[in-house]
Amino acid sequence: MKKEVSRRDFLATAGKIVAAGILAPLGGLAVLQKTSVAQEVLKGKSWPEIWAGKEWGFVVDTEKCIGCARCVKACKLENGVPLDKEVFRTWVERYVESGEGQVNIDSPNGGLDFEPAEKTDGKQFFVPKLCNQCENPPCVQVCPVGATYKTGDGVILVDNKRCVGCRYCIQACPYGARFLHPELKVADKCTWCYHRTQKGMLPACVTVCPVGARKYGNLKDPNSEVTQIVKKQRIRVLKPDMGTEPKAYYIGLDEVVK
Amino acid sequence: MLFGYVYPNEIEINWGLFIVLYPYLTGLVAGAFIVSSLYHVFGVSDLKPVSRLSLISALAVLVVAPLALISHLGQPLRALNLMWTPNPTSAMAGFGYIYSFYLIIVVLEIWFIYRPDIIGFSETRTGFAKTGYNLLTLGAKDVSQEALHTDHKVITFLAILGIPSAAFLHGYVGFIFGAIKANAWWATPLMPVIFLLSAIVSGIALLIVVYAAACWIRRKKIDFACIMSMNKYLWVFLIFAFVLEILEVIHLGYEGKEEWPAVRGLITQIIPFSYFGIQLSMGMVVPFFLLMFSRMERLPVKIRQIGTIVSGSLVLVGVLAMRFNVVVGGQLVSKSLSGYSQFHFPIFAEGIVPTIGFLILPLLILAVLAYILPPWMDGEEAKPERRRGFEPELGEPLEEGVLATVRERYTSTASQRYIARTDLFGKWREDDRL
Repeated sequence: MKKEVSRRDFLATAGKIVAAGILAPLGGLAVLQKTSVAQEVLKGKSWPEIWAGKEWGFVVDTEKCIGCARCVKACKLENGVPLDKEVFRTWVERYVESGEGQVNIDSPNGGLDFEPAEKTDGKQFFVPKLCNQCENPPCVQVCPVGATYKTGDGVILVDNKRCVGCRYCIQACPYGARFLHPELKVADKCTWCYHRTQKGMLPACVTVCPVGARKYGNLKDPNSEVTQIVKKQRIRVLKPDMGTEPKAYYIGLDEVVK
Repeated sequence: MLFGYVYPNEIEINWGLFIVLYPYLTGLVAGAFIVSSLYHVFGVSDLKPVSRLSLISALAVLVVAPLALISHLGQPLRALNLMWTPNPTSAMAGFGYIYSFYLIIVVLEIWFIYRPDIIGFSETRTGFAKTGYNLLTLGAKDVSQEALHTDHKVITFLAILGIPSAAFLHGYVGFIFGAIKANAWWATPLMPVIFLLSAIVSGIALLIVVYAAACWIRRKKIDFACIMSMNKYLWVFLIFAFVLEILEVIHLGYEGKEEWPAVRGLITQIIPFSYFGIQLSMGMVVPFFLLMFSRMERLPVKIRQIGTIVSGSLVLVGVLAMRFNVVVGGQLVSKSLSGYSQFHFPIFAEGIVPTIGFLILPLLILAVLAYILPPWMDGEEAKPERRRGFEPELGEPLEEGVLATVRERYTSTASQRYIARTDLFGKWREDDRL
């Protein structure tokens, strides 16, 4: 016998299906929110509370760097940057001065493929580079959609769900620190491992450096190593004339380095 | 190493041929609009034969320009974020608004200028065409003297408003480049002005070529006064454009700051052919002399026309090279100032093939627009063509009827006064048609 479906039954069932259809994704959202990194970091606090009293700084000691490029590899692995593509959140440059004042600069595959250099009469040294997390970041200024922004503790981040991939920020960065992520097709850059540092860890490159050439810390904490170095040692930043006010400070930076 | 050192992230050139196309196409738009304004606002009556052609050419190029930009985006589907969530400090964020504003002005101006024609077509055509033109009238079928009077006021207003808008649209593109302090070859306050002048130059050149080609296709005689008038304006603006482009380099060299050796290396070793060869010599110096010779009255008219048309073509190529030299050339100079990146011309993805496609597309759109809204100002073509098999005895009174009414109203004393009034803005030559 054919079952008759009353209008009442039909509406009730249809209503349930519609309600389930609406609620299911909302439920999914709730689950997502619970597991997001931000929630884990926040633990009920607001971002301004977390940022209070923090201003992150970075120190690169070029006298110590041995050009092993472990930082380059660790960075790529930590941050999901393809190893086989020529894009880098951090890289190591090598400067080889001949006796006659000629400078040969190279950074093959970001420093991962250094061949031993010939001995010369001039200076030879390595310079690790990474995002300077500028106080006046040109990349944030030019981003047409506000996808790249400065956090309250002074780190420049990219919202990869908002970035349109116009690459204006890549043009605007004087340091070549930005690139288009080959897989995500959005702008990408060093964040000083913000996802790690918010949990109290050090950036990946700092962790793996075998000689302590990279240091990371809170510039607002008078006792932190970076504050002590910035206060007591002779330091330089890259391209100070650009007015970007970098927060990555270099010890022993040679004048040929740009 | 031949090319020195570049930062590892600079190995890939981020702004390729599509971004070369964008300033080229908007430049053509701005230039073409300025030509129409020379006629509509400044009363350069010799330009009447291209007064409508310039506007629909501007529209045809204008609709293609953002396609190149959007295709270039890493996330094309988020393109409209520029309008929903603009960042006020970004030089690029205004793009969506400025572009849309300008598009509206061009479309409105075209609509008001063509309104009597559209109404005429909706009366005389049949079938789909009739329906289409009826829709295009938007129901505004009033061709009374008052209505046409209002039309002319609006057209004048739009043409005047269009000049700063066109200048802004393109000067703004120059600002997007000129405001990048990180790039030694781009960062100059002259950039918006340089872009604007090269835009005007390319727009006039485009009209010379399109007008000549249209005449050739339609087997009509080229209006000599018109093409010589464009010759004159092209020549004058070419001088300004050349002076500014050279001034920028001379200034950089004379200052001789830190970045000068890198820039000098760029133009003398990396892109000397496309910079000195195409952009400056072939695209500016040669047309400058050729245009001048074409103005010599001793020469036969035919030679003078050909000289002008060839100059126009050369300028079009030269300005394209200029866009390339700025957009790609600027990225070739490493921000380390110690070397140069290399640009490889891709074939398909953002390469030569789609670029040529984007250059041809506006011409196809122009052909369609010219079919729907005939821009020809040489008499009979301004009237709707008669359908095959349509009895002229029936067609004649219909379309003549509309125009006759208009004509009659125009010859009344009131409208004489009105025409005299519009002369305040310059010669309002649109009325000659009636």
